[in-house]
Amino acid sequence: MTEPLQWTRYHWRRLIGGANRDNDERPYNYSSLLACGGKTSQTPKLAGKHRVVVPHLRPFKEEYEKFSGAYMNNRIRTTKYTLLNFVPRNLFEQFHRAANLYFLFLVVLNWVPLVEAFQKEITMLPLVVVLTIIAIKDGLEDYRKYKIDKQINNLVTKVYSPKEKKYIDRCWKDVTVGDFIRLSCNEVIPADMVLLFSTDPDGICHIETSGLDGESNLKQRQVARGYTEQDSEVDPEKFSSRIECESPNNDLNRFRGFLEHSNKKRVGLSKENLLLRGCTIRNTEAVVGIVVYAGHETKAMLNNSGPRYKRSKLERRANTDVLWCVLLLIIMCFTGALGHEIWLSRYEDVPFFNIPEPDGRLTSPLLAGFYMFWTMIILLQVLIPISLYVSIEIVKLGQIYFIQNDVDFYNEKMDSTVQCRALNITEDLGQIQYLFSDKTGTLTENKMVFRRCSVAGFDYSHKVNAKRLESYQEAVSEDEDFADTPSGSPSDMAKPKAHSCRTAHNGPLGSKPLNHLSGSSFALGNGEGASEVPHSRQTAFSSPIETDVVPDTRLLEKFSQITPQLFTPPDEMAHSLPLETLCIMDFFIALAICNTVVVSAPNQPRQKVRLSSLTGMPIKSLEEIKNLFQRLSVRRSSSPSLASGKEPSSGVPNAFVNRLSLFSRIKLASPVEEEGSQMSESPQGSSNSTCHEETEKQNSGAGVTNGKVDSLPGQPLASDLCYEAESPDEAALVYAARAYQCTLQSRTPEQVMVDFAALGPLTFQLLHILPFDSVRKRMSVVVRHPLSNQVVVYTKGADSVIMELLSVASPDGTSLEKQQMIREKTQKHLDDYAKRGLRTLCIAKKVMSDTEYAEWLKNHFLAETSIDNREELLFESAMRLENKLTLLGATGIEDRLQEGVPESIEALQKAGIKIWMLTGDKQETAVNIAYACKLLEPDDKLFILNTQSKDACEMLMSTILKELQKNNRASPEQVPLSENLHQPPVPQDLGLRAGLVITGKTLEFALQESLQRQFLELTAWCRAVVCCRATPLQKSEVVKLVRNHLRVMTLAIGDGANDVSMIQVADVGIGISGQEGMQAVMASDFAISQFRHLSKLLLVHGHWCYTRLSNMILYFFYKNVAYVNLLFWYQFFCGFSGTSMTDYWVLIFFNLLFTSAPPVIYGVLEKDVSAETLIQLPELYTSGQKSEAYLPLTFWITLLDAFYQSLVCFFVPYYTYQGSDIDIFTFGNPLNTAALFIILLHLVIESKSLTWIHMVVIIGSILSYFLFALAFGATCITCNPPSNPYWIMQEHLLDPMFYLVCVLTTCIALLPRFMYRVFQESLFPSPILRAKHLDRLTPEEKTEALKKWKKTGKMDQAMSKYAGYSAATSGRRPMSGHSTVSAMMLATSYAIEQGNVSVCETVFDSDMPQTSGVAGPPKD
Amino acid sequence: MAMNYNAKDEVDGGPPGAPGGAAKNRRPDNTAFKQQRLPAWQPILTAGTVLPTFFIIGLIFIPIGIGIFVTSNNIREIEGNVFMYYGLSNFYQNHRRYVKSRDDSQLNGDPSALLNPSKECEPYRRNEDKPIAPCGAIANSMFNDTLELFLISNDSAPYAIPLKKKGIAWWTDKNVKFRNPPGGENLEERFKGTTKPVNWLKPVYLLDSEKDNNGFINEDFIVWMRTAALPTFRKLYRLIERTEDLHPTLPAGRYYLNITYNYPVHSFDGRKRMILSTISWMGGKNPFLGIAYITIGSISFLLGVVLLVINHKYRNSGNTADITI
Repeated sequence: MTEPLQWTRYHWRRLIGGANRDNDERPYNYSSLLACGGKTSQTPKLAGKHRVVVPHLRPFKEEYEKFSGAYMNNRIRTTKYTLLNFVPRNLFEQFHRAANLYFLFLVVLNWVPLVEAFQKEITMLPLVVVLTIIAIKDGLEDYRKYKIDKQINNLVTKVYSPKEKKYIDRCWKDVTVGDFIRLSCNEVIPADMVLLFSTDPDGICHIETSGLDGESNLKQRQVARGYTEQDSEVDPEKFSSRIECESPNNDLNRFRGFLEHSNKKRVGLSKENLLLRGCTIRNTEAVVGIVVYAGHETKAMLNNSGPRYKRSKLERRANTDVLWCVLLLIIMCFTGALGHEIWLSRYEDVPFFNIPEPDGRLTSPLLAGFYMFWTMIILLQVLIPISLYVSIEIVKLGQIYFIQNDVDFYNEKMDSTVQCRALNITEDLGQIQYLFSDKTGTLTENKMVFRRCSVAGFDYSHKVNAKRLESYQEAVSEDEDFADTPSGSPSDMAKPKAHSCRTAHNGPLGSKPLNHLSGSSFALGNGEGASEVPHSRQTAFSSPIETDVVPDTRLLEKFSQITPQLFTPPDEMAHSLPLETLCIMDFFIALAICNTVVVSAPNQPRQKVRLSSLTGMPIKSLEEIKNLFQRLSVRRSSSPSLASGKEPSSGVPNAFVNRLSLFSRIKLASPVEEEGSQMSESPQGSSNSTCHEETEKQNSGAGVTNGKVDSLPGQPLASDLCYEAESPDEAALVYAARAYQCTLQSRTPEQVMVDFAALGPLTFQLLHILPFDSVRKRMSVVVRHPLSNQVVVYTKGADSVIMELLSVASPDGTSLEKQQMIREKTQKHLDDYAKRGLRTLCIAKKVMSDTEYAEWLKNHFLAETSIDNREELLFESAMRLENKLTLLGATGIEDRLQEGVPESIEALQKAGIKIWMLTGDKQETAVNIAYACKLLEPDDKLFILNTQSKDACEMLMSTILKELQKNNRASPEQVPLSENLHQPPVPQDLGLRAGLVITGKTLEFALQESLQRQFLELTAWCRAVVCCRATPLQKSEVVKLVRNHLRVMTLAIGDGANDVSMIQVADVGIGISGQEGMQAVMASDFAISQFRHLSKLLLVHGHWCYTRLSNMILYFFYKNVAYVNLLFWYQFFCGFSGTSMTDYWVLIFFNLLFTSAPPVIYGVLEKDVSAETLIQLPELYTSGQKSEAYLPLTFWITLLDAFYQSLVCFFVPYYTYQGSDIDIFTFGNPLNTAALFIILLHLVIESKSLTWIHMVVIIGSILSYFLFALAFGATCITCNPPSNPYWIMQEHLLDPMFYLVCVLTTCIALLPRFMYRVFQESLFPSPILRAKHLDRLTPEEKTEALKKWKKTGKMDQAMSKYAGYSAATSGRRPMSGHSTVSAMMLATSYAIEQGNVSVCETVFDSDMPQTSGVAGPPKD
Repeated sequence: MAMNYNAKDEVDGGPPGAPGGAAKNRRPDNTAFKQQRLPAWQPILTAGTVLPTFFIIGLIFIPIGIGIFVTSNNIREIEGNVFMYYGLSNFYQNHRRYVKSRDDSQLNGDPSALLNPSKECEPYRRNEDKPIAPCGAIANSMFNDTLELFLISNDSAPYAIPLKKKGIAWWTDKNVKFRNPPGGENLEERFKGTTKPVNWLKPVYLLDSEKDNNGFINEDFIVWMRTAALPTFRKLYRLIERTEDLHPTLPAGRYYLNITYNYPVHSFDGRKRMILSTISWMGGKNPFLGIAYITIGSISFLLGVVLLVINHKYRNSGNTADITI
């Protein structure tokens, strides 16, 4: 089925679905659904927003056909064309382009005998050539897709066959909805399916979604509830439930539905139960699932939207000029028509040369003039540069080729380089005026490093750790190199898929004596992991900087007070325990378990380390055992039909094998095993280890008492564990906890095991996880504490949220004042952390009684099983749980700035780009990062917009605005923005530089219609704007606002899913392929690996692409006008009869062959200034921003020049041959030849650099022209009537006059342009031209000249104001201390003035960035 | 400026982890072409650099101009071979439909085209159901006045200047492009089944008495068929060859031009002329090119001087001016 059809079908269905939902009160009621299906029995898919999936088995045949019969099967076809429809469909698509239609119109026009100008066939040639080129390109692309499709469709998977009663191999394309599929480890999922069974006893399975979103960490999926507890594999024959779920949609993170058993019992399904097509099964021996979406209806396919097409600003500009050309053409044709009419009406008699119609009739002059109009359109068609569009496409391909091949964009660590995903906006890179940047992961590395923490009101500064981090910075380069070198065995290189976990350490750090605590384990780990190959793709969680945390000695001391003795009678001792110690303990437990980290050990590729619930778990109390049995019994009872009568069916491993494999999961850290998955699949091989394991576990149970867990050989060493988290800060916290010997050992959906230093392994029964979301800004885990046996909620989240949820009354008896004190102290610490640019998180807990919990659980279940409003219900449910918390402490995580970010920001600001930072982080963190990356300078005046109401916001804005205007009254050229919105003032020129900080809440007000203008006006005065606490939606709204209201070119750069909307809205979207997966990259136009690459991408490639393309487009206009006008001038001498003095073939080929390659080469290779100079002088970028290379004036000057040149080119030969016996084509030949030379030499004059490629192409063009003319002249005796250039070129080449005419014509035609360039370059050189001169100097001279340039920057600026354009400044203005003070005063005065308005006052500590702990830029 | 984009270092150093070539396959090649560092000629168009060009142009163009001018003016002296032209003005031989109105295949002697001329010839394709040979408007409107030149001397009867009919068309036209249709000895036979163009007085095989100048290869016809580029044109009519008995070719004296009027030009308000001219290497007399050369040469010389001044004036800030303005 074709894509558009699919699309409409999909939307139509959604529409219908929406209607249904409105009508139906209970849309998900099964009976109403049936009724709905009954009403429209032929099309069961009309069932609205949901689909019903029944097994594809015989007993359900009828029902299946009713519901699932019309669902798509798993065959995919991404190709546009088939062999049959290629030609018509491709033509159809091509004729959607206006340019091609125009061409077609000309061809058709030429078939009208009355207006025919050329031979019919010849006019078709350009069209045919253009169509063929594009068709070939499309065809090849499609063929490649076809091959890939075929390959994918023919992949084999195991599908349950009801006939053979077992799983048989079948191609992907034959899979249908309702099929049961069994997948083994490392197999790719063929369709979206609901997980029904996993060999994992806890019913989980891990999938790797890198194929889908590029995230390499494992994601956990769970067997649909109710199926979890089965001991043996689900038997398709016995599967009698039906699944209802929503209609196919492209939201990867959402799946709603329920599973209805035959007894009408429902079980909710969520994305946790869905296996997505394209992902890979990991760490799980085998899974079984039922297909719910197949083929094009899978989420992966629905997400797959091809490359994006955008129109660049330059192209829009060119399009308007094409319209001008159309107007020009019409004027010219009208002139021709009028001229012809007048010319004809002059004759009273019929002259010889006015041929009557075949029937002897003569057309009236008026009618003849009308015909002539159309003839002229055919004749002068080239005026509309049709080939321009093809050429632009080719040039852009060339430009992209060079961008992608730039070695400077290569990132060694990730083995990636820049990706150009949008093919047609390269030149927009050269015109960016506003840059919107995300902070985390874009400006910073998104490598989270644990820096500080505050527990129970005490700050632990981790000084040693801080030092270590600093020293790491020096060592980092070597270290990374080391880590990067694939030093491993060749077998590993051959199997890039074999996921080996990175060793958690290498390089000099591991042996640093500072690591006294983890030192021993390190030594061991080094020994063990020495042969282990570091994975070629570094991820965030692997580098030593994050995994190694040196504990703070003070905290460690306190920590060591925690002994098992403290807990011997847990209930009685609780009160006597010092609160602080309890806090510390809870704090670290929260760090270790309040997350979604997946634990794996390095030597077992992606192998989850877990201890069997039966053998490994140290049983603490009778209660625990009771709990355990309860759980087991619940399991049994919940699935009676499945638990009973289990038979080991053939081809399915029986329960025993299952259990074996379960044990085998606990792998020994032996380097012999290269692929753990292989081992785990063979029960034979693992049986040994099982026995081994049993004994080991006994030991580990004993380890509780002696507290030497990590020395046991069987247990995976703490330092060997790898933590893979969805967000890097989670992992950072777990690593931090590990440093204090609170090691997260394993995690299953049921329980978490933590190895707590003195207490030994603790097993927490995991009751619930409330995952993180951006609305709540927190996550919680509900566990049963093994020591106190209480239900405890650990919550981790943004401080602003947590602080509000803290309980007023103290739950465990401690005095309220103490809590209050802790709270205040922690808040102080948090502010301090934030000021240092650390990311802060608050940790809190809550103890619940069992009854409270049970009640909450009841409600929560309701929320979970609902399809409708599930999100809201879940949110409410979470709100019920996360309240009355007790604050434990706070953490400060550092996210270091990426390499080269301050330099890049500085350069981009110098380039006149306004940079806005949009971040979800809190204000202090954002402001500090802004200072650290030089977005704000210490002497900038900082204004903070943080208000609670719209009126206050408005008031504050106007006050700031007034202040700014007062300070800048001196500058006369300042136009009130309200009158001239699209030309904001350039605040760099002004005496005062200001930065604006706005918070998310205030931003909401500012984005409202009434305040937009004022807000924009305000921001126009500021050199940088920081929006903190901004939601993804706000980010995109800000971009939209600036883009639409200021009419500027915007660029958005980000790395995470929260930046996607912003990236899509901006003119140019750039994704950073960093730590947070590929969503941003998928949405972007260009993807780079580091922020610093942006400066070269914009300053060099952007500048080049823009200048190249604009010059090429201008040249194209020039070329066509200059050449076509020759024909036009001739009309004045042939009675406007539409004669061309050139042979048609030459005429057509002139554009198609002889002069087509040089402009393309010019567009690809032209280099006005070298890359080095462009980088060193970012000011040069401003020329692109102001579109200096292609202004409307430039276009008209170009046209004027073209007119002049064509006049010269026509009239010099005209006067030379005037009155002679020259014939038409002999007259046309020197015209043509001179035009060729003029057009090519014009290019040489315009070129700023000429390489041998230019030379080859230009000389080749000239040679091809002459060769063609000679060959054509020699062979064409009677061909191509009536225009017959027989022997003309030959005659001319022997005629000195020909040369004299050509030389003279060329010289006269090019003289003005040449003189213009000479005068421009010697008298008024533009900065670009001056920079060009720098390239010719020797390096020493160049540095000297650059210094001078920068010194004269200001003088230059003064002059430029005069000249009407403003060159960007360089060098920053020294600011007196006085102004700093005034800035501070200003901020305070607002606060006083506006009483109720909360103005956030930041102390303007001028040397703050230096003193702050933010890892600053590498000092040069 | 800490940014280090000095890619040249990498050329020498290579990637640090050199042995891992296979893993780093995505690294772009560091070649001059791919990194856009091809050696290039960067034309600098400042006054100083282009100065010589202008003087050189001036120095070359002025002598050439003078040379052409002199040659052109010398053409007046009627010595050597003299060319006799007829000139027509206001005759738009370059009209689009007129230009097309011919059949090259027919003129090339193609027997099938002879009897079935191209549609382009309409309405001069057939006459009274017979194909017209040569068909088309161009042929139909062929110039058919005859010009004869007599030298009148006092003592004897007027001396008819010998006018050579052959050698006035391009050699390739006469020998390759234009051919009589194949067939028997008799030209009339070869043109059997065709009729003469409407405006013609006699059929094509009676254009001339000489066999190798008759039919389609009649040089007057060939010359006419080479349509003029401009509405005022001349066409070569006869050659007056230099002979021993007359010196110069056309001595000073009184001449008598006998014109047989056949060709009407009133319909298009035309004029007829007869031109006598010698020919140099640069064709007929035309002072334009010489003057143009001299003018451009002088202008370029002048510009050179202007540039010299500019260059001198801005010399001090000369090359450094590139930086400081």
